[in-house]
Amino acid sequence: MTRILLPSGRVAEGARLPSLSSDEQTRLYRLMLLNRRIDERMIRLQRQGRLGFYVGSVGEEAAIVGSAFALQAKDWILPCYRELGAALVRNFPLFDLFCQFVGNARDQNKGRQMPNHYGSPALRITSISSPVGSQIPHATGLGVAARLSGKEEAVLVYFGEGATSEGDFHVAANFAAVYKAPTIFFCRNNQWAISVPARSQTMSENFAVKAKAYGFEGVQVDGNDVFGVYSVTRQATQKARKGGGPTLIEAVTYRQGGHSTSDDPRAYRDDSEVQEWKDKDPILRLRSYLMSQGYLTEDGDAQFEAEIKQDIQENLAKAEAIGPPALETVFEDVLDTVPWHLREQLESLRTAERSAKVHEKI
Amino acid sequence: MPTINIIQAVNAALRTEMRRDPRVVVLGEDVARFGGVFRATRGLLDEFGSQRVFDTPLAEAGIIGTAIGMALYGFRPVPEIQFADFIYPAFDQIVNELAKMRYRSGGQFTCPVVIRTPYGGGIRGGHYHSQSPEAYFVHTPGLKVVIPSNPYDAKGLLIAAVRDENPVIFMEPKRVYRAARGEVPEGEYSVELGRAKVIKEGSDVTILTYGAMVYPVLEASEAAETEDGISSEVIDLRTLMPYDIETILASVKKTGRVVIVHEAPRTCGFGAELSAAISERSFLHLQSPILRVTGFDTPFPYALEEFYLPDLKRVHRALRDSVNF
Repeated sequence: MTRILLPSGRVAEGARLPSLSSDEQTRLYRLMLLNRRIDERMIRLQRQGRLGFYVGSVGEEAAIVGSAFALQAKDWILPCYRELGAALVRNFPLFDLFCQFVGNARDQNKGRQMPNHYGSPALRITSISSPVGSQIPHATGLGVAARLSGKEEAVLVYFGEGATSEGDFHVAANFAAVYKAPTIFFCRNNQWAISVPARSQTMSENFAVKAKAYGFEGVQVDGNDVFGVYSVTRQATQKARKGGGPTLIEAVTYRQGGHSTSDDPRAYRDDSEVQEWKDKDPILRLRSYLMSQGYLTEDGDAQFEAEIKQDIQENLAKAEAIGPPALETVFEDVLDTVPWHLREQLESLRTAERSAKVHEKI
Repeated sequence: MPTINIIQAVNAALRTEMRRDPRVVVLGEDVARFGGVFRATRGLLDEFGSQRVFDTPLAEAGIIGTAIGMALYGFRPVPEIQFADFIYPAFDQIVNELAKMRYRSGGQFTCPVVIRTPYGGGIRGGHYHSQSPEAYFVHTPGLKVVIPSNPYDAKGLLIAAVRDENPVIFMEPKRVYRAARGEVPEGEYSVELGRAKVIKEGSDVTILTYGAMVYPVLEASEAAETEDGISSEVIDLRTLMPYDIETILASVKKTGRVVIVHEAPRTCGFGAELSAAISERSFLHLQSPILRVTGFDTPFPYALEEFYLPDLKRVHRALRDSVNF
């Protein structure tokens, strides 16, 4: 398993740090911190009844931010639903993200999806769906398309370790290998698929080893080590862009929170296990390293926190102030134009709404 | 104008569109070197090369999932599912991904993919080479569903489907793949999606049908005319979603009677939707109950398939029942 930064924040003996400037390293830290603070804020918001639902990524920030940071802007990202950090790496505006979470009239998805299901063609972040693993074959298709277009672009698809049990993972890996697609299969092994532990998900030695059967390389990396994740992802993308085919990366990490706000993990796992992983926390690890190098000070860290808090607060207030999408949007985008039967259904809904209002007045 | 069959018409449509638009690619099992098990993609590899016509590993979910990814990139893939009976492994990719991409992203992402698949019975194919699963896809918001019955429409509708910005399930009536022949113009033309065609005018009863069932329906229409003096109007729906309600209602207004014919099972079949839509809008024009002649609510049988499929006898009987109510 590749590991550059030890849980203590020291660099492992003999390990080579990726060539990242001190500015880039602190940027990684700030992105991971932003990822966590947004998650914490949204989970609180859900508890207050202000948000319908939320999927957090607490504990997995290094795996997500580190991998997305290793990509170039021309590379594609296919998230599952737990990769807020990847969107932040691409500078997805917080306002747009929050409008999606709230499902308001400014949501680019027009309020059609649960929170965490954002996407942006301009940022090359694809549209998210909830069923597990269904995005993986699309990454193969995008890779095939990039290759047929003669473009040196890589495609990175995220999924959890549970998704490797889905048929879609298998077909996508197999097709990608056959077509030598420039696709990176990024498995966040966060140890839990809702309540099912990774050890019950497969009898393979680990998740990375599955690549062997498809005929390409699989690598394991400490998913809480942002430098390790960055390095293996960068290598995989360079290889992919040069026609070297796909790579499976297993980032070994831990979901410190529930599967979503609808989940209570205390029902199926011990607090001691959670504590063990909190001691290996990816953000604390990077923070210790940056402090030891003098790239980050307590004051600088406090300033990050203050900026992030304000950024979240301002954008959230703006997003929450916007009302829901217009009624007719329910019937738009089913097809490119609204066909007769949907026009008719919209009209019947409007008529019912109007007569209900008349009834209320009486 | 050359006389060709449906396979040749499909081939001509693919060729026409691939020549016109470099984004159009064909993928599927056995479609490249072999030209497809029904030979609908024959010769495309030679003309367009392995970058645009390629064989896939044997997995329908992989074929459709890959096509979706390619469409997201900007291609216009035309994947083939070898038999409609084999489409179910790709069902999630079609229903949850392909059909929902535009809606769920607020129109930010689109998937102009045309899935071609041969469907229907009458070829001694048993349960797994005879099914008509169109209702699943008509029931899925976000898809268009097209079923041609003849070579002219097959070419024109397929060209229109490839040019359409929406995902299209294009179901080809394999029973008449070679038997249905007709004059087809060379080069480009299209048949608008969403438009039915009155293929025989009549005054007593309207028959709504599509695909391979058009042929037994025409036979029954002739028989009822000759033997019983029943004048029936035959409408080939051609597009099932969105279907052409105007043409249907205009005919019902004229005849006051309706018989719907499809080979898919009856319960929740497309005929049920047509029947409901007509009675909601034309109740006072109806002079007799809307009748359905369909496949039965059984799996598709092998040895007795001719009894399962609606034929001249059953459609003729329904026409008499409709008029003599």
